[in-house]
Amino acid sequence: MKALTAGFSEERLGPYYGGKSMLFRVFARNELETLYEILAVNHVVGPVSRGKSKKGRELFAFDYLYDFQDLRLDFTTTTHSLKPFVLPFQETLSSFKVEDDSWEKYVDLNIYKQHVFFGVHACDINALNKLDKVLSEQIYPDPFYTAKRRNMFIIGIDCHPQPFCFCRSMGTDTVLHGFDMLLTDLGDRYFVEIQSARAWDILQQIPTEEPDEEDHRRFVETVEARNQAFSCQVDTSDLTKILDLEFQSPVWEEWGRRCLSCGTCANVCPTCYCYGVREHVDPDLQGASKIRQLYSCNLIDFAEVAGNHNFRPDSSSRLKYRYYHKHRGFQEVYEEPLCVGCGRCGQACLAGITVPEVIASVRGQEEEDE
Amino acid sequence: MSKLEFVDIMPRQGRVSRKTDLTSFEYSYQAEITGIYPLTATEKLYQLRIVDPQLRKRFSFQPGQFVMLELPGIGEGPFSISSSPTRHGDIELCIRAVGNLTHFLDRVLCGTVVGISGPFGTGFPMEKMEGSDILLIAGGLGIAPLRAPLFSVLENRSRYKRVDIIYGARKPSELLFTYQHQMWRQFDINLEIIVDEGDPDWTGPVGRITDILEQRIEQSSGNLSQNTFAIVCGPPVMFTFVCNMLIAAGLPMQKIFVSLERRMHCGRGKCCRCNIGATYTCLSGPVFDYWEVMNMKEAI
Repeated sequence: MKALTAGFSEERLGPYYGGKSMLFRVFARNELETLYEILAVNHVVGPVSRGKSKKGRELFAFDYLYDFQDLRLDFTTTTHSLKPFVLPFQETLSSFKVEDDSWEKYVDLNIYKQHVFFGVHACDINALNKLDKVLSEQIYPDPFYTAKRRNMFIIGIDCHPQPFCFCRSMGTDTVLHGFDMLLTDLGDRYFVEIQSARAWDILQQIPTEEPDEEDHRRFVETVEARNQAFSCQVDTSDLTKILDLEFQSPVWEEWGRRCLSCGTCANVCPTCYCYGVREHVDPDLQGASKIRQLYSCNLIDFAEVAGNHNFRPDSSSRLKYRYYHKHRGFQEVYEEPLCVGCGRCGQACLAGITVPEVIASVRGQEEEDE
Repeated sequence: MSKLEFVDIMPRQGRVSRKTDLTSFEYSYQAEITGIYPLTATEKLYQLRIVDPQLRKRFSFQPGQFVMLELPGIGEGPFSISSSPTRHGDIELCIRAVGNLTHFLDRVLCGTVVGISGPFGTGFPMEKMEGSDILLIAGGLGIAPLRAPLFSVLENRSRYKRVDIIYGARKPSELLFTYQHQMWRQFDINLEIIVDEGDPDWTGPVGRITDILEQRIEQSSGNLSQNTFAIVCGPPVMFTFVCNMLIAAGLPMQKIFVSLERRMHCGRGKCCRCNIGATYTCLSGPVFDYWEVMNMKEAI
């Protein structure tokens, strides 16, 4: 360290060089409300309670916040991820003004303001990072998604693993980028990891401290405790090869028989982005619009072409395609699965099909006692 | 109070590219239908001309690529370009009236302005094929995407050696581009046509496309020269039979090219409708070599 700094004065290196860390701070628990109020001039979205399920489990959703008291940072997995805020279920891609023989096309990206997302778990931030790879970083980037994505201010929060969470198996239990700040609840204070200059500037407005050794110890303890809490896992070793080898396996037929082809899994999935496009003529015949609607590869007409030829006519081939895309095809291109292990699809599935069960059966590891 | 600054996504000046520019995602050229030629009861050839002369000149594509054709309020769909690449923005599309959009197109008149975006996808490697024999095998409407590479061959005939077209259709009345068959033959191209069922006026052979292919392979004494490229396009069932015969005749898989058909809603590698595994037919295809096809599950 000495050799590196030789010849540079303290001023040129700045106050945050060397021993002082710019990445981590701690602040008192009661300052969280101040942080919320500072950001409340923007649209703020956060986890709120949505009553109880039939089984008595408390349900949560991401929604616009108007009061700090509604914010529930102790939330468990929300039914839907942040996907509706970046990929709305329906979105107008373009509209047309039609006049006799001519027409003009108008495109509105449908985003005008920054959104603050207050309290997002690592899996959901990782899901956005995965969507970025397809929708923002590939050729022909999608401007509708990208505009919304670039106007997000994300505050992450540590989570409490649920019995259906298998993010650890998917490598998405920690998040390395894609957020502005990441909070960890240490009891009387929050440990915060800062990843953007804007987050740094905003934290200047509340009293924060350098984390001391006690904070470090408690941070590591919190992480350890969370890691211990995971109870569900998926064996992903050589999964791409196994999916190839077991492509004709009868287990797909079995799952296909159970699958209702309703598409609920894709609806709640934070990383499912496929869609269909419809066009409408306005009732006054003066205009038309082109609307995209999120779709699901489990729906019967997903791969049907004009002339009624369907490339995946039965539910087992569609379900297989879904797993194949997420755990084989995407892996091949991006070296990671298109799944964050949030377990939402398994919770929402009307037929009770869960990812860990399907993958275990394909691997021939079905549990005998079930 | 901390109002966050809105991040605009417009491209930086002077750094615009069709493939990475965010504003070009929904961009489409306005193109006028300048000619409509009925080919059979259900197929028509549409001549389209990009309205803006500058853009028309700049529009260039490789044989095998496709465009997304859009009619405001009706729909959008992918269509292979079946005209010569040297004609730039004066393109021809061969379209069968089979769905919502195409039935509407069946009824439009010359002068209608449509939107086209693209070209998208991969093309046939025409330059790599120079100096080789070429075997074009088409079934039914599969002749439409093969017409673009065929034009490339016709315009540079001396660069290619023997060129065969094997074309099969269900009935003589379903044969496409019959008015051009004589012209193709004049360019020293062996055109063999076969139909599944003949009619009283039909004098040519009746049978399956593989019958003709078998004859062609026999002419080369059962072994196609290593210096041969094959381009195959047709209904899914045809691919397996034809490609297996070609492989049995000693043609390497990387020298067999196929053009696949899938449902598409975007053409830009986003909507997933055309996926085979996680391979986007619109980005990595529609032209694949047979090795790639063999390695994709449920491709054909």
